[in-house]
Amino acid sequence: MSDLYKALDFFNVDELYSDEERMIRDTVRSWVSDRFMPVIEEHNRAATFPSHLIPELGEMGVYGASLTGYGCAGLSPIASGLICTELERGDSGLRSFVSVQGSLCMFPIWAYGSEEQKQRYLPKMAQGKLIGCFGLTEADFGSNPGGMLTKAVKDGAHYVLNGSKYWITNGSVADVAVVWAKLEGTIRGFLVDKGTKGFQGKGIKNKFSLRASDTSELVLEDVRIPASQMLPNIEGIKGPLSCLTQARYGIAFGAIGAAQAAFDEACRYSKMRIQFDKPIARFQLVQNKLVWMASEITKAQLMCWKLGKMKEAGTMQHFHVSMAKRNSCWMALECCRLGRDILGANGITDEYQMMRHMCNLESVITYEGTHDIHGLIIGRQLTGEDAIL
Amino acid sequence: MDIVVCIKRVPATDTTIKIAADGKSIEPAGVSFELNAYDEFALEQALRIKEQLGSGTVTVVTIGSKDAQKELRDTLARGADKAVLLTTDQWVFDGASTAAALAAWIKSVPCNLVLCGRQAVDSDNNQLPANLAARLGFACVTEVAKLELADGTFTAERDIEGAREVVTCKTPAVISCQKGLNEPRYANLKGIMAAKKKPLEEAAASLPAPALEIVSLTLPPARAAGKILGTGVDAVPALIAALRDEAKVL
Repeated sequence: MSDLYKALDFFNVDELYSDEERMIRDTVRSWVSDRFMPVIEEHNRAATFPSHLIPELGEMGVYGASLTGYGCAGLSPIASGLICTELERGDSGLRSFVSVQGSLCMFPIWAYGSEEQKQRYLPKMAQGKLIGCFGLTEADFGSNPGGMLTKAVKDGAHYVLNGSKYWITNGSVADVAVVWAKLEGTIRGFLVDKGTKGFQGKGIKNKFSLRASDTSELVLEDVRIPASQMLPNIEGIKGPLSCLTQARYGIAFGAIGAAQAAFDEACRYSKMRIQFDKPIARFQLVQNKLVWMASEITKAQLMCWKLGKMKEAGTMQHFHVSMAKRNSCWMALECCRLGRDILGANGITDEYQMMRHMCNLESVITYEGTHDIHGLIIGRQLTGEDAIL
Repeated sequence: MDIVVCIKRVPATDTTIKIAADGKSIEPAGVSFELNAYDEFALEQALRIKEQLGSGTVTVVTIGSKDAQKELRDTLARGADKAVLLTTDQWVFDGASTAAALAAWIKSVPCNLVLCGRQAVDSDNNQLPANLAARLGFACVTEVAKLELADGTFTAERDIEGAREVVTCKTPAVISCQKGLNEPRYANLKGIMAAKKKPLEEAAASLPAPALEIVSLTLPPARAAGKILGTGVDAVPALIAALRDEAKVL
């Protein structure tokens, strides 16, 4: 059983990908159609994540897919990006789950962890047997994470953590949290296992957005962890920011998937919906909206393809990622708004996916650097003038 | 156990088919192709048998143009050990010719078990499994919906008219696979990368002259517009009259 989804590829971007990249994309696309689409609306209504699918994604190998060794798939940047596109075509919450697991939790352990930490966490995380989360943002420190109040204090062979983190995807379900905290004023990463005394995840309720995804507060009250749980090979804000660069790369690809879902649904609807005795696709104003959507999707596909090639070549800079993340999220949100318009009144119910994607994208355009903050990162690069600090 | 899985590249079930200018074949341009859905059950069963026994080989074979490499790579990604493309530029539509070419090749390799889909969804001939078994001198069980292997004996269940038939057979055998036999796995992403390194061999298909000729191929006639006789209970007499007198189905 497959749903009716057809991805737009107006410029035959497909031929820019390798055979393996296309096969990986197609495999994940089929999985989303067969396994995820039949259950997403009920989970979105109930505000639950379809956690029964976590092991299947592990068997396929999507967690930390771009990492090498430790049971990870070692895929190309393009392939891992296309996975995000396909997952987010299903729901931004699904892509968020995988991004947090791979880019925000497995990546720092893989890049900055000790060998013992890598052996302990990565193989199980790759299989989805251990779930991770990433604690950087605090309630009062979003765009300015460097101002964080969470602190670590050395106490013999242990560190003691105090503070709280907010807007943490997977926070209540995670088996391990990468918590960033200041140790004598310097930001360091700590691995905090679920069940550690004083450590707690509290779900944030009543969200309009990313309903099929756990978003939590992490509370740390005198949490004692062995000194071996600190990530030894990174210090300073560049640690978490390097993780965010990885995750933002995935979002840049991912949001295209949400836009694709919006275009597909709106285009199909416009051909079926009869008004004034003809399909609304025959009206110029409707066509104009579809053309805008298709053009922006195509531009974003090409931008992300080039971003992937730069990542592969090692020439990708964080400001490249900022532009792609900013552009993809913006255009995807606009696509959903236009698509909802095409769907008319029908577009406001969850019989159609448009508003689910639209509401999700309000988070996606905000988290991992807001639209405006990414604008300032790009602006700084263009002008040499720093408008953030 | 050395298992051969026969697959076919077929037009995707949701693709739009156009008849080519010759009026005897389909226009391939713009058509998307995929692995025949029933063959996915055959591949999955082969992989499960190999996993159950802990040894053996799964070789996938098809006849066709080089385009079929894509479907073969897909089977390698899902776990087949080796793929073989029996190449031809002809459009092979005749089950007997296909069976002859496959039998000739299968005789040249170690093989105890052949698994195929119950039919290819493009030509719907349902000929290959039985024809192939006859040529190989293998036992043949078709349209199997459940299959178990114990002590070298297969126990197969088949849905027949109003009942379920249970048969047993030993190797060598040809077994054709029905929907419901299993749930085919998704390719593992590492498997996709590894598939590049697995052997995909090519050999010319030894196809005899086809015993059949396609004389013409036409699309089904466009469905006529429906007729609205009225609404609600008041329309029922007119509906019954139309079903009896016009459609003549009552």
